[in-house]
Amino acid sequence: MANSSESDNFNSSLQPNYSDEHIELIAKDGMNFWFNQGFTWLVYVFATITVLVLFSMSWVIFDEAKPAIIQFGIGFLWGNDWDTGNQVFGALPYIYGTLVSSAIAILFAVPIGIAVALVTSENFLPQSVQTTLGFIVELIAAIPSVIIGLWSIFIFIPVLEPLQKWLASNFKWIPLLNSQDPVGTNMLTAGIILAIMILPTMAAITRDVFIATPKELRTASMALGSTRWETIFRVLLPAGFSGIVSAAMLALGRALGETMAVTMVIGNSAQISASLLDPAYTIPAVLANEFAEAEPGLHIGALSYLGLILFALTLMVNMGAGLLVQWVSKKNR
Amino acid sequence: MSNYQKSEIDESLTAELYSPLPTNRKLFTYGMNAIAFGFTGLALIPLLSILWEIFKRGISGFKPEMFVKSVIDYGFGNAILGTITVVAIASLLSIPVGILTGIFLAEFGQSNFTAHSVRFITTILAGVPSIVVGIFAYGVIVLVTKSFSAIAGGFALAAIMLPVIVLTTEEALKLIPTDQRLASAALGGTRFQTTFRIVVTSALPGITTGILLAVARATGETAPLLFTALFSLDWSAGLLSPTASLPVLIFNLYNDPNPEKNQLVWTTSIILLGLVLCVSVFSRLITSNRKIKNN
Repeated sequence: MANSSESDNFNSSLQPNYSDEHIELIAKDGMNFWFNQGFTWLVYVFATITVLVLFSMSWVIFDEAKPAIIQFGIGFLWGNDWDTGNQVFGALPYIYGTLVSSAIAILFAVPIGIAVALVTSENFLPQSVQTTLGFIVELIAAIPSVIIGLWSIFIFIPVLEPLQKWLASNFKWIPLLNSQDPVGTNMLTAGIILAIMILPTMAAITRDVFIATPKELRTASMALGSTRWETIFRVLLPAGFSGIVSAAMLALGRALGETMAVTMVIGNSAQISASLLDPAYTIPAVLANEFAEAEPGLHIGALSYLGLILFALTLMVNMGAGLLVQWVSKKNR
Repeated sequence: MSNYQKSEIDESLTAELYSPLPTNRKLFTYGMNAIAFGFTGLALIPLLSILWEIFKRGISGFKPEMFVKSVIDYGFGNAILGTITVVAIASLLSIPVGILTGIFLAEFGQSNFTAHSVRFITTILAGVPSIVVGIFAYGVIVLVTKSFSAIAGGFALAAIMLPVIVLTTEEALKLIPTDQRLASAALGGTRFQTTFRIVVTSALPGITTGILLAVARATGETAPLLFTALFSLDWSAGLLSPTASLPVLIFNLYNDPNPEKNQLVWTTSIILLGLVLCVSVFSRLITSNRKIKNN
């Protein structure tokens, strides 16, 4: 009996009480309701604006590039000439320069970035020193690109040039280094400067990957008698591999789009040369140099077409990295 | 008993187990240590060299009147004013949109499909090269108003600042405990009241840090200004005419044969670098303190 009356009470308490019709738990009018409703709408509208920025960006650039797309079609990608006077435009030297300089940058930045990430996440050094080191490396990302360019023109290239001259005179038989009297502004220099600029990205993300690796894996490896470096090579790096790859892809995305420093050091000569010690040109660099003075019509169209190609390239790389990061974080969860 | 007969083998095995690492493993350890520290040292050189050289070369030609003269008179007053104008326009456009989108991501369905897509698109937007953003601003503003202008430059910088503000606002809001939201809701607070009076107020330092970082980044950006705000040697005629800025001044004049102009470039670099580094060091210090407190 006692039980049944209790459950009756319980049931009746779950039922909404209709006896007093003035109590409304969910308001449908009043100032607060409209404030709330308006706020919700506002938030949705502004989130939509953010999304629209990306889509309108693609549309506007496509629209600007239309004259060149109609004129040259897909053949623009492997066209070799860039002649403003005769209105003939081809993108290949720029695409080549962009890809090769970024590849050099990745080649330098990945091992150094991993080393910095290890030093700032493993217990080589006291915690305070680690944090400070990581902080200093990340500050490189805050330096304006144009100042890095200024530094490389007046301070870094004079240091690098004798080395490059020596390489060119002693290793002529390697096609990569075969160049007549390199002057310092060339593909290799641009690659190294890019490596410096993307290092913070690479180091910071790789460090997060290492920190996120489960402690148990490391402890187990240590317990089996591995040294620190054996643990790093056999456990830490394989476990964090996908994270490191996505870090490298994000860094590559940065390198592809980097403009000012590259424009100042790459030599700005639209040619495809096997040698890394020859001057080259990149898509961002030609945009920076020519866009402001370009004639409306085919020239602006061709430059916008280049911008569209760069946009697509970085979009692919960044999306790949983003999907990889999401996949990795889902797997770890 | 038979175990004792094999004792000799066991002893050597024990000896091996207790001995320090074999030579090749020891060499590997030391070698890798050296490589890791060497690479880290290598990574620090550029930053230290940049700070030192810019300071050394820039400080010698510094004159206080440079702040009030334009580039024609060997000052950078108009470039500072231009940078402030362009960044202010960018902030006006991007901060409201950025904060509200951040609120959307953190407060309205953190894991539903819409929020995921908005977050994904924002990260993609953060990766768009700044020069491509410049082409966008050229198409939207310069082609329409038929003039290079501070507004076009501000529009370009706004598109660069937006994803930074969105993502940092979301992070700052996520740090606020759910209990606080529940407490506000339990007292009858609507979503608007909870978000604005409780969540945003507590997260304000974090949001401010994000805005400061975005402003620092925008201040140093050159590429999107090259063909939106363009440049002017003299004071700008207004918001709809070409406007000078510190980064573009450096890029336009770094190869100038005139030694006085060259000096101006280095001095401008100190100002720009000082401005950008101070803001980002300051904001990073604030965030690192907060993280330690939350742990």
